[in-house]
Amino acid sequence: MLVEMQNLTIAFPTPQGMSQAVRGVSMTLGQEKLGIVGESGSGKSISARAILRLLPPQAVVTADVLRFDGIDIKTASERQMRAIRGRRAGLILQDPKYSLNPIMTAGSQIAEAWRNQKKGSRREAAEAALDLLSQVQIRDVRRVAAAYPHELSGGMGQRVMIAMMLAPDPELLIADEPTSALDATVQAEILRLMEDLVSRRGMGLMLISHDLPLVSHFCDRVAVMYAGRVVEELGAGELLHAKHPYTRGLLECLPTLSHPKLRLPVMARDPAWLA
Amino acid sequence: MSASIDRTWLLSEAPASRAQAAWGRRYRLWCDFRANPLAMGGLVIAVVLVLAALFAPLLATYDPSAQELANRLATPSAAHWLGTDELGRDVYSRLLFGGRVTLGMVISVVVLVAPLGLAVGCVAGYFGGWADTLLMRVTDVFLAFPRLILALAFVAAIHPGVTSAVIAIALTAWPPYARLARAETLSIRNTDFIAAVRLTGASSVRIILRHVAPLCLGSLIVRVTLDMSSIILTAASLGFLGMGAQPPSPEWGSMIATARRFFLDQWWVPLIPGIAIFVASLAFNLLGDGLRDVLDPKQR
Amino acid sequence: MLVTFLIGRVMPIDPVIAIIGDHAPEDVVQRVRVELGLDRPLYVQFGIYVWQLLHGDLGRSVMTSNTVVEDIQRYFPATIELATVAIIVATLVGVPLGVLAAVRAGSKTDVGIRILCLAGHSIPIFLLALISLLVFYANLGWAPGPGRADVAFEGLVPVVTGFLTIDSLIAWDWDSFYDALAHLAQPAGVLAYFSMAYIARMTRAFMLDALAGEYVITARAKGLSQLRVIWRHAFGNIAVRLVTVLALTYAGLLEGAVVTETVFSWPGLGQYLTVSLLNADMNAVLGATLVVGLIYMALNLLADAAYKLLDPRVS
Repeated sequence: MLVEMQNLTIAFPTPQGMSQAVRGVSMTLGQEKLGIVGESGSGKSISARAILRLLPPQAVVTADVLRFDGIDIKTASERQMRAIRGRRAGLILQDPKYSLNPIMTAGSQIAEAWRNQKKGSRREAAEAALDLLSQVQIRDVRRVAAAYPHELSGGMGQRVMIAMMLAPDPELLIADEPTSALDATVQAEILRLMEDLVSRRGMGLMLISHDLPLVSHFCDRVAVMYAGRVVEELGAGELLHAKHPYTRGLLECLPTLSHPKLRLPVMARDPAWLA
Repeated sequence: MSASIDRTWLLSEAPASRAQAAWGRRYRLWCDFRANPLAMGGLVIAVVLVLAALFAPLLATYDPSAQELANRLATPSAAHWLGTDELGRDVYSRLLFGGRVTLGMVISVVVLVAPLGLAVGCVAGYFGGWADTLLMRVTDVFLAFPRLILALAFVAAIHPGVTSAVIAIALTAWPPYARLARAETLSIRNTDFIAAVRLTGASSVRIILRHVAPLCLGSLIVRVTLDMSSIILTAASLGFLGMGAQPPSPEWGSMIATARRFFLDQWWVPLIPGIAIFVASLAFNLLGDGLRDVLDPKQR
Repeated sequence: MLVTFLIGRVMPIDPVIAIIGDHAPEDVVQRVRVELGLDRPLYVQFGIYVWQLLHGDLGRSVMTSNTVVEDIQRYFPATIELATVAIIVATLVGVPLGVLAAVRAGSKTDVGIRILCLAGHSIPIFLLALISLLVFYANLGWAPGPGRADVAFEGLVPVVTGFLTIDSLIAWDWDSFYDALAHLAQPAGVLAYFSMAYIARMTRAFMLDALAGEYVITARAKGLSQLRVIWRHAFGNIAVRLVTVLALTYAGLLEGAVVTETVFSWPGLGQYLTVSLLNADMNAVLGATLVVGLIYMALNLLADAAYKLLDPRVS
């Protein structure tokens, strides 16, 4: 198993006391595509970041089990964590406008990631960056490599981000809403690109999104999170058989072309779900 | 009503009236503020200083200008708690009355400057166009000179004294406020809620006074508090250079200036007013820092 | 320009009397007044002033009876030397302190650095200067007294740049160099602490902002070392803004120099300005204020230019 997580909790201190953001999440991930779906604040993003220990320092994390390929994240040293982060697991963030360093060229950011693990010369790193850019289906690699993030479109920026995280050939890719900031047409392209790369390289993928149908299309399994818990876990094909009222509610709120409704229902929330 | 009922009323998630909501918000800010020991320290010192200055005649043990030449430059003792100066005047009593001069100057400057800066900034930011250009050019001219040097030149041009020092500091202090208020106004002006207010037919004056200015207030208060310490320092520097309050006035800066020649031997005589300036300025800095954390969390 | 001119002309002390004293006979006063062009209307006087200014003529100082331009040339290098040494020290100490405070935000280190900076903001600079004299000169005897050089060394080194430390190095005069350095240490140290407080505070604020950026998480996710994340990624993003702060601090140092130079009897522009002010030496005040104002503006423009040059986001 690449990722094992049992009873993970994450809390943040506030002036009014500890605020529980994640309350006992358990999941496992092998060489497969796992989707995590939930609304803003459901804890999906920080649960994933906890695997790489990339939470802000004031976060309090507890778990019965939290392992990456058998390595205990809870007790791993910072050096061990760095070996995991760059080399074995990559993280793709939502908006390349913010997640790429604005004062470094795309090429040098990719080259930096490559050099950090492969220890080659500058020239080799620059060449590797061009090669990686062409792997994410960028045609004009030299222009893109020399460009600063603000000169790239959102789709281009996300390709650069993917190229950067693929540089060290990781075994796991965590994509945190990788397409939410992109146009609908570009979204599909980026997802197809990721699917292609992941299956070709035999990687595990954790795809975090708030778009339930999109994730179920794309992933082998889907975990639905609500208020810091996993309320339901489904195989991708079983979406229509979802049992939890939250998941069903989400599905019913979607407009469809085949069965048009005059009025979309409003999500009703049951306080019992929080228990 | 007991304290616990007050607290639940204040922290209620569902306030019953606008007043309750407003007071609840203020109470939460106060809770945040209270949690910061440095800021609380600043607040306590500032309050003590203001009270000491207000009640100076009651607290003083001597007449601040009474000379006792036989007992000049005395070390601190039971009779003269902080010693005496070069004319045998009681330093402790002079310090108290000096606080009135210093704090009075600070308050006058702030009262002159903050509304002016706010008005200029809001008008420039809200209307834009030539009004903005004109007002901001004027602001730039004043900003182009270092504050103390411009104030020095102004004071020299009028004539040294407390009033001219206040005017000089005020003249050099308003541009940053205008800049700040303008920047805030620009970001508020294009929000949807201002568009909504405008759609209901509110006049420009009403929008500026009721909707724009109150939102600038938070950062303005922070700025004023932090600025108070720099006003204290500028006023003291003017006094020290002989361009502010004139001796025999017990202004802290000029007290140092007159006692400076005794510094190597009777070092406590100039040092004590110096410490007073430092403490006052530090108090406002701490207070401003704490207020910023509470009122303006994005700018930490 | 208009501002400095008006300040000069509305001075209540009659410049004529300042030149010839107040016991001169009436006809002499009249003659001098005409000579100085003070009998003509204000706007004509302003025109003449601007005309002279454009030709590099700031008039003559009543106090030193040199032209103001000569005086400024003489006193200015001392101030620049002082301010430059101060800002170098302040930057070398303030920037790392600010970064450290931001990285350890909320810790005891952070609180300590914050208090250190707040104290630097709050202490009147002349008090710091006086305390420094008392401790290092009078009590410990580590530092030499006020002034720029010991009497024994005065005028020994030929003036090349006007910076005493550099001039003595050019002359290979090590004793003069050490003497100049020793005299520089105290005023420069006082000014450095004052500006260090500001630099560290701004660095901390910028760094907190930068460290909260998503790209910092990206950099950490790449497996980069903590040092590289902080200095290459976060600090790299604030470097440009810091240049602006440094330019402003340098300009602020000119202001601090006025008070510091007075306390340490440092023969710089600040002392020249205060002495001229006290003597109502109008031309000297105008000239010195103008020069400081020009430098202030030049530094602001320079900071803007640096911003455009160094930040790829501004085209």
